[in-house]
Amino acid sequence: MSADPRDEIVQHLPALRAFALSLTRNGAVADDMVQDTLVKAWSKIASFEPGTNMRAWLFTILRNTYYSNRRKAGREVSDAEGIFTESLSEKPAHDGRLQLADFRRAFVKLTDEQREALILVGAQGFSYEEAAETCGVAVGTIKSRVNRARARLAELLQLDDHDKLEMTDQATMAVVSGSRLTAR
Amino acid sequence: MGHKRSKDNGSEVIDENLKRVYQDMLDEKVPDRFLDLIAQLKSLDDAPSEDTAK
Repeated sequence: MSADPRDEIVQHLPALRAFALSLTRNGAVADDMVQDTLVKAWSKIASFEPGTNMRAWLFTILRNTYYSNRRKAGREVSDAEGIFTESLSEKPAHDGRLQLADFRRAFVKLTDEQREALILVGAQGFSYEEAAETCGVAVGTIKSRVNRARARLAELLQLDDHDKLEMTDQATMAVVSGSRLTAR
Repeated sequence: MGHKRSKDNGSEVIDENLKRVYQDMLDEKVPDRFLDLIAQLKSLDDAPSEDTAK
C-alpha cells in the first residue's frame, strides 16, 4: 500500500473551514460546503497531483461549489453580515488598534471575489500565482481584486492613507507608461 | 488618536486585522462531524469492490 494523499486532507480542515467561512460568512453554510468538498475531494483524488499544493486544490473544489450554488440561487447571501460578525468571539483590541468587530463589518461588505482574493493572499499566504490558479483567473485579476479589496476596506474603515491604496495595477501602469522616464 | 501615521498605515492595519480574523477562524475546533465523515469515507474504500480497474 503506497501513501494515500487523502490522508493529508484532515490537516487542511481548519484552513478549509476558515476559507469557507470567509466566503459564505455563515457558519452553517460554510460547514455544509466543507462537507461537500470533502466528499468531492475523496472521489476526485485521482485529479490531485501528488507533490502539488493540496490546500489550494481543496480550496478550488470548495470555491467552485460555492460559486455554483450561488449561480443556482441567483444571488449572494444577503443577510450574512450579522451572522458572520456575531458567530466569532470578540477579543479586545490591544494598544488602540482597530476593533476586530469593525474590521469584520467592513470585510463582509466586500464582494465575494474580493474577500476570496484578500484571504488567499493576505491571510493564507498564497502567492498571487497560487491564488490565481485556485480561482481560475489571471494573476493580474487577483492583484487587482486584492488592491480593490484593500482600497475598499481603507475607505470603509476610514483609514487615511495616501492615494497609494487606490492604485490598481492598471492605474499604476497607466501612470508609468504615460510619463516615460528618460534615462540619462 | 494617533499622531504618527506611516505611509503604509492603511495596508498594515488591514493586513494585521485580516490575519487576526483569519487566525481566529483557524483556531476554532474542527467539529467531529468532519472527522467522522472522513472515517466513513475511508471505511467505504476499505470495503472490497469488484471494479478495481487497473
